[in-house]
Amino acid sequence: MKKIIIGLGSCGIAAGGLKVKEALQNLAAEADSGIQVSETGCMGMCYAEPMVEILEDGHRTIYGGVDEKRAKEIFQNHALGGKPVADAVALDSDGGGSEQGFLAQQERIVLERCGAIDPESIDDALAMDAYAGLEKALKTMTAEQVVDEVLRAGVKGRGGAGFPTGQKWKFAAGYAAESKYIICNADEGDPGAFMDRSILEGDPHSVIEGMIIGGYAIGAAHGYIYARAEYPIAIRRLKIAIEAAEARGFLGKNILGSGFDFKLVIKEGAGAFVCGEETALIESIEGNRGMPRIRPPFPAERGLFDKPSNINNVETLANIGWILRKGADAFSAYGTEESNGTKVFALAGKVTRGGLVEIPIGMTISEVVNEIGGGTKDNKALKAVQMGGPSGGCIPANMMDTVIDYAPLAATGAIMGSGGMIVMDEDNCMVDIARYFLQFTQSESCGKCTFCKIGTKRMLETLERITQGKGEEGDVEKLETLSHQIKTNALCGLGQTAPNPVLTTIRYFRNEYDAHIRDKKCPTKQCKALISFNIVSDKCVGCTVCAKKCPVDAVSGKAKEVHAIDQGKCTKCGICKSMCKFDAVDIS
Amino acid sequence: MCKDCAQSGKYWDCFEEILEGYSGDKSQLIPLLQKLQDAYGYLPEDIIERLSQRTGIFVSQIMGVATFYSQFRLEPVGENIVKICFGTACHVIGAENIADAICRELGIELGGTTEDRLFTVESVACLGCCSLAPVITINEETHGRLTPDTARAAIRDFKARKAVAV
Ligand SMILES: Cc1cc2nc3c(=O)[nH]c(=O)nc-3n(C[C@H](O)[C@H](O)[C@H](O)COP(=O)(O)O)c2cc1C
Ligand code: FES
Repeated sequence: MKKIIIGLGSCGIAAGGLKVKEALQNLAAEADSGIQVSETGCMGMCYAEPMVEILEDGHRTIYGGVDEKRAKEIFQNHALGGKPVADAVALDSDGGGSEQGFLAQQERIVLERCGAIDPESIDDALAMDAYAGLEKALKTMTAEQVVDEVLRAGVKGRGGAGFPTGQKWKFAAGYAAESKYIICNADEGDPGAFMDRSILEGDPHSVIEGMIIGGYAIGAAHGYIYARAEYPIAIRRLKIAIEAAEARGFLGKNILGSGFDFKLVIKEGAGAFVCGEETALIESIEGNRGMPRIRPPFPAERGLFDKPSNINNVETLANIGWILRKGADAFSAYGTEESNGTKVFALAGKVTRGGLVEIPIGMTISEVVNEIGGGTKDNKALKAVQMGGPSGGCIPANMMDTVIDYAPLAATGAIMGSGGMIVMDEDNCMVDIARYFLQFTQSESCGKCTFCKIGTKRMLETLERITQGKGEEGDVEKLETLSHQIKTNALCGLGQTAPNPVLTTIRYFRNEYDAHIRDKKCPTKQCKALISFNIVSDKCVGCTVCAKKCPVDAVSGKAKEVHAIDQGKCTKCGICKSMCKFDAVDIS
Repeated sequence: MCKDCAQSGKYWDCFEEILEGYSGDKSQLIPLLQKLQDAYGYLPEDIIERLSQRTGIFVSQIMGVATFYSQFRLEPVGENIVKICFGTACHVIGAENIADAICRELGIELGGTTEDRLFTVESVACLGCCSLAPVITINEETHGRLTPDTARAAIRDFKARKAVAV
């Protein structure tokens, strides 16, 4: 019995997966072959989407980069004919295929079922042991024993701060109250990260199971999932999964005959980065402006609706079912002395194989970027890797041997973060990157505390001046002073970490700041105020492509004659340079 | 949907339908605003006022929430929404040039709506398809791995398909 499975996470859909699915469904119907066509979540190999899998008697053959034409070929030759289309095979469960290098060093705990099951089918999930950890917890363990098991596993929060989850549960369990809450933070605010989205889209049951177990452990009968509004597919699949879990008795009253009741509700966010901060998130669920509260009291004592509450990140919770099912010892076999388990990263930017990567904690950045990710694109030199998004920093190329663990990463000035990993190459301007992040945090600052509200504004203004060639001696020192003041005085993590991207770029790329300030030059030729586009006369053959493509008619010249760019009209969009086949457009 | 309602004098029907299940729980404010915006395309003044009367939540408080979250709009939008991702992955691969190309193609600024009300162009923090950067969405369609030139083509192609469909 053959089955065709199409990867339909957000990436798969964006890359055209729906058209491929439709084509395959039509082919299957026409051929009247009885071949079933179904879908799955993200397999992690976003760079190779759309992906199509042929499953036969447990043997998996996965094709990458499939378009409608390829789909037809695969259907005819492989699904009907039984002969794989060899040159298009990305992965084969026998160990073949062109993309084994991407998976070879990965370990899958959190993503165990992602890309392997239909996320809308609870039976698929159950066949791969979903809810087995819950069953064990409810039927054989007390709440204290569950907390102890999670403590022993040593799993730390994957939302950024890395606080030990077991300890957090212990605090929340320690407060007596007639009602308590467990909250899943699915706000995924780091712009440029998609771990949590992929988990929710690929295996929503893993998160639901983690929440029920957490509820049992701390004595909460109510759970909320606070999900980012930009993730409609994740929200839809979560809803389907919750309904299915209710129908099977994993949610609701007297779960699995244990006497434990648990109800789960989805709250959709409304687009505010600060709502990823736990107390702001609580304000938002309560229907208010999402402004952080002063801690203490911590949510474990007084959180949602003033009741003891526990907040965990999506990925943290997705570990819990596995830990209960296989035991704390199995979990702590992965990782380092200090940090157990795995971490999921969203690898993107100027990297060859971008996608979702789950590695045991303790690998080096280089192993992830170069070996799993295949290094930079187009043979450009690697310049830096950004980790931790707006709260993190840029780690330079000569520090790629840094071990991926909480403490070594913090020592670089970056952070482990929630899992964003953006690769930058020689073309990226580090001052521009600092300006980019400050612009983000400044516009997302909630305005409650002065250091964040006004301090980030002053920093942004300074960075904008520098990138426009209006920087002055002493600007860098001013940025450093402001950074330290904001870090020590801001009310919440948003402000406390906002200067990190600036501080790390100053620390490792000071020469770029100096070039902008002293020489009024952008070494990477990215800052538009400091560059101009020109035609190189001995290379231009007068093909007229640039003149035709220029959106503002800034290029003039007759066919077969050297062209010229009107600097007054030019908006420096770079289309001419990208379209020129003769490398005749130069930036100076 | 509500455009027709408005013309046929049923402007308030959607409002009533949405408020029907309201139990007096003020933590429902954000979901209520989300549903109202879904129905009306934005949050019109008269809707906010009536919402205040019905729920007892002050207009100032509703406006406080509506202006805090970037999802809520206080102005009507175009029929089709183009979202340009300005997340980190998209930024490092050239989101700004994509935005320039699209805005120029439509003759509006980022955040603006075309005169014929066909398009509104918005920026978003991350669409979650970072490996396909730079990314935009036109309504539900996602377009990835764009260049300024293909971004422009995507808008033209969308317009052409719309014209055929009408
Ligand atoms: C500005 C800001 C944004 C945050 N955004 C997120 C987020 O998007 N997702 C998340 O899980 N945690 C986020 N956090 C961290 C949470 O406050 C909290 O520490 C986390 O959800 C706890 O879960 P964990 O212990 O499982 O990591 C953010 C913190 C700050 C200060
Ligand atoms: S950064 Fe653009 S989709 Fe994530």
